[in-house]
Order: sequence, then structure tokens, then C-alpha cells
Amino acid sequence: MVAAVSLRSTRSTHDPKLMARLAAAAHEIRMLSIAAIYHAGSGHPGGALSVADILAVLYGAEMNVWPKRLDDPDRDRFVLSKGHAAPALYAAGAHFRFCKAEDALTLRKLGSPFQGHPHVADLPWVETSTGSLGQGFSVALGMAMGLKLQKRQARVYTVLGDGELQEGEVWEAAMCAAHHRLDNLIAIIDYNKLQSDDTNASIMSLEPLSAKFSAFGWHVIEIDGHNLDAIVSALEEAFEIAGKPSLILAHTIKGKGVPFMENVPEWHGSVKLTRQQAEDALMALGCSTKDVARFIDVRN
Amino acid sequence: MSATSAPALIGSSGDSLREAFGRALSGLAETYPHLVVLDADIAGGTGVHHFRKSHPERFLQFGIAEQNMMAAAGGLAAVGMLPVVTTFAVFCLRALEQARLSIAYAKRNVKIVASHPGLDVGPDGGSAQALEDLAAFRAIPGMTVISPADPIEMALATKAVLDFDGPVYMRTGRSPCPRLFGDEHRFEIGKGQILRDGIDATIVACGVEVSRALKAAECLAEEGIYARVVNMPTIKPIDAVLLAKCAEETSAFVTAEDHNIYGGLGGAVAEVLAKTRPAPIEFVGLADRFGESGEPQELAEHCGIGSASIADACRRVIARKMHATTVRAA
Repeated sequence: MVAAVSLRSTRSTHDPKLMARLAAAAHEIRMLSIAAIYHAGSGHPGGALSVADILAVLYGAEMNVWPKRLDDPDRDRFVLSKGHAAPALYAAGAHFRFCKAEDALTLRKLGSPFQGHPHVADLPWVETSTGSLGQGFSVALGMAMGLKLQKRQARVYTVLGDGELQEGEVWEAAMCAAHHRLDNLIAIIDYNKLQSDDTNASIMSLEPLSAKFSAFGWHVIEIDGHNLDAIVSALEEAFEIAGKPSLILAHTIKGKGVPFMENVPEWHGSVKLTRQQAEDALMALGCSTKDVARFIDVRN
Repeated sequence: MSATSAPALIGSSGDSLREAFGRALSGLAETYPHLVVLDADIAGGTGVHHFRKSHPERFLQFGIAEQNMMAAAGGLAAVGMLPVVTTFAVFCLRALEQARLSIAYAKRNVKIVASHPGLDVGPDGGSAQALEDLAAFRAIPGMTVISPADPIEMALATKAVLDFDGPVYMRTGRSPCPRLFGDEHRFEIGKGQILRDGIDATIVACGVEVSRALKAAECLAEEGIYARVVNMPTIKPIDAVLLAKCAEETSAFVTAEDHNIYGGLGGAVAEVLAKTRPAPIEFVGLADRFGESGEPQELAEHCGIGSASIADACRRVIARKMHATTVRAA
């Protein structure tokens, strides 16, 4: 029998002030992602919106990494293995002061360090270059291995897309991380059930996902990836796990927060947002008119 | 049951490049405390079984999963380790895109060391004989590409690549390899050397083809043809200064490599000469074909990369040079 996935929380509620800060961060990440994709004229909004809450918690509550200590060898590392969600990563970076919001709005422009997919040579705080699915997971594994060899306490966090799990390299890494007992590696799957052309189920079935990772030797925690409390609790639980890597299977909604994008396949790939669509999306996210103007009328 | 002794590793004895690499790496471990060696279940074949024995705590096993190993090397480098990724050349091709994105594009200081390149693999046949690796890795921006010629040079190159800051792809070799150099030999990344002087043509060779080039030059000398032999262990960045000098002094080239004629050493030489000092070139390598089973030496002759083929190429290129001179004079 495969062990049942844990939905248990070490703590069901957290400091309300912290949670409010995380909610504000997630909101800002969504708005800035939409604005950046609008200004870029292309980009992947669906996967950026689905991962926003996870990034808010990682940077806002979980990871020991600060803009002024980016060369600290003991810092925690984050790798966005689903590199196409770069707008959300840049937005998180802007919110948590790794970069400036106005700079993040140069996304995908010639000469901008905010490449269509994260590039560490241009932006050191993104930790590695991703965009080819599966590789970020392996890079994160290598980082975790190296940090263990150096006997450092730092941990490595990585977010994968669900479609990304169709890459064979992911399962090579899954096997390897468990074999080497990398309990300093925490992988989070942004499980929004949709990929480039269609649903996971119609392209290439992934289920039973938690059972697969359990069978590969991972500690699996299954949560609602838009419930900030649940994300915090899952990371707390992963922190306590020794001798094996942890996987957080975060059920999410692609396009989360923008009703006309939610679960609508057309918004999942790289798209060009019209001004009206961008305004509608920002309004749907609860932007004030003033905020809409702040994001839309910015000049680079 | 009677005790049976373990089978000997075929081709692992003697002076192979992989042996020289494996021994050198072990010897350098103390000098480079962050050195880690990555293996995909083939340490006995790549020569890093020496390192596994001497430094087990820094020997990282990835199983038969080269893509994960290659990208993980990028992660190890990102946190300050000095990873040496080892597998067969053909499996480096399997992980080419990981080398591109997670190592070269991310500017990681990773050394990729490939054993079993080219026809030198021998009996395992065409599936295992990487004849495209120099071209493929040369095309990756920022990737240095090296193919030493003998065990002495291999050991020197091993130290040089560890000292060098940047991604490197380096070939070793499976078969026993003749010694060409003495202890006074020097290796510097990006530099070739004239091993034998001559005025009629220059043979530029790397890896196992260097000793064949020397043999070809010796045969040609008996006919009164004097071919210069250049050892070019760094394919990228290639020694453009030395090539210009040879163009000036011999005006004709033959390139020789255990590789497809497209994109490897021959391509690198042609690119430089076409821009600086155009000269006739003949390319010795696999003529856009795969290899097959056979012993390395007989395969080399069969597939057109033996010393006789190099000598023939010299005769052809000298004829072309003479013809060009005659046409110009007329």
C-alpha cells in the first residue's frame, strides 16, 4: 500500500499579520505579472497567476534569503523550474526588493535583464537559468547536494509545473534526490492541471501523482495551492522531515484571480494582452483605477 | 562452487587517456578541495574509479541518468563546488541541452570529461561512437573544447581545466595510446604546438590522430614530401596565431580528427583560415557517416582516418596548392 498523502497541518492558523502581508504580496505579484506581460506584448499569464501564492509564501515567510545578502553561502536557494512563470518570479522579486518594479516591467524587452525566462547571468537572485523544463529540478538537486557536502543548513526550494513532469529528467532527479536523502530539497508542484496545448489529462496523464512521488521515496504533502495557511503549514511540515526530500503537491487554478482567464485554455500559453484585456484583468484582481493607471501607463 | 576471478576491464589497462585522466584527477583532489566527480554508473570506463577509491566522499553517483547529472553539475557549481562530469562522449550528447542551459548559459564552472569518443571506442560499434561531440559542444557559446593527444598531455590538461574558470568539454580516450611527449611537455589552453617541422603542408591533428599524423609525415618524408605536424589539443578557442604562421610558411593544410569531417577540428581550422589567410585544406575524418564495430586501428583505416589516409590527403592538398600557384603564375 502506498502511504496516504498527508493533508495534516502542523499548525492550522498562523499570525494574522503575517498572513495579511502574504496575501498582499500575492496580490501584488499577480498585478505586476499581468502588467509586465501586457507591456512585453507576450508572456504566459496563466502559470504566473497560479504560482503567485506559492511565491508569496516562499519569499515572504519561508526562505532565508535577503536582497542585501545574495552572496551569503548559507542563504536558501529558489529555482523556478517552470521558467515560463518568470513574470511572477520577477514580480515577487520586486515585491520583496530583489529588484525594482519598474525594472521588472521591462520584461522581454531588448537589453533588459528580465529575460523571457530567468537568466542568472543577468539577474543573480534568480539563482539559475531555466526555461527548458525539467532542468531546474536537477539544478536544485545539485545545489542541495553541494550544500550538504559543505555541511550548510541552507535549503533549496524549487517550483515545477505539472506539464513539466512529463520530462524524463524529472524522474531521474526524483530518484536521485531520494537516493541521496536530500532532505534539504523541497519541490513544489504548481498543479494547475493545464499545459501548453490542453489539459494534462488529455496530453499525457500524470496521475496518481502523489503516489508516484511517494513510491520514489519522497515525503508528499498535498494542499490547496491558493490557501496561504496551507502553504505555510506544508513548508513547516517539510522542514521537519529528515532523511528524504519533500514534495508539496499544490492544487492550483491556472489564471487564478482573473475570472476570464481561469481554466480557459487560450490564456495558458504565451499571449499578447490588449490594453483593454490588461485593464480588465487588473480590475478583476481588485486593482483600484489608480493602480490600473500605475501599471498600465508606466513608461519605460 | 569454485571461486572465479573478476573479469578484467577490457581496454582499461595500459596507457589510455582515460587512465591518465583518472589518475591525474585523483592526484589533484587535495589541491582542489571543492572538486567533486559525477558519475553515471560507468566509473570503470571513464577512469574515475581511481577517484572513487581515493575520495569516496567526493564521488557522486547519479545512476544511468545523464541529463539529471549534467544539470545537477550546474547546481553544484552554483553553490561553489568544482564539478567534473564524467561519462561516455555519446552520453554527453544525450545531455547536450543540459550542458547548454544549466552549465554554459548559466556561466557555470563545470568540466565535462568524455571518454570513449569516436572510432576509438572500437567493437561496441556505431551506436557508441560519438563522432559529433566536438561539433556539438563547440557550437555552445562560451564552451572550451579540448582533446589531448597522449597520457602526459592528458594529465597536464586535467590540471589546466581545473585551474581554468569556465565550462569545458574535454575528450579522453578508451584505447591504449602511444606516448608522444616527455615530462618536459607543456599544455596551455588555446595553444597548439609544432611537433615536426615541414614546408609542404601542415597537418593539424588532435587526440588519437596526432600519432597517426606523425606516422603519415614520416611516410611522406620518404617520398621527399615534408609535412609539418601540429598538435592542436584545444579545438576551441583554436590557436589562430599558430594557424596563421603555418599558413604563411606552408600554404596548405590537412586536418585530422576522430570525428565527422563537419564541425569539429577541421571546421574550426577552416573558419579561421577562411577569414585570415585562405589556403587549400583537406579534411580527414569520418565522411559524414557513422562508425561500426571493429578494433580501433583497423576501423581507423577502414573509415579513412588512418595514417595512410592522412598521407593521401597531404598529397592531394599539395597538388592543389601547386595547381593554384601555377594558375596564378599563368
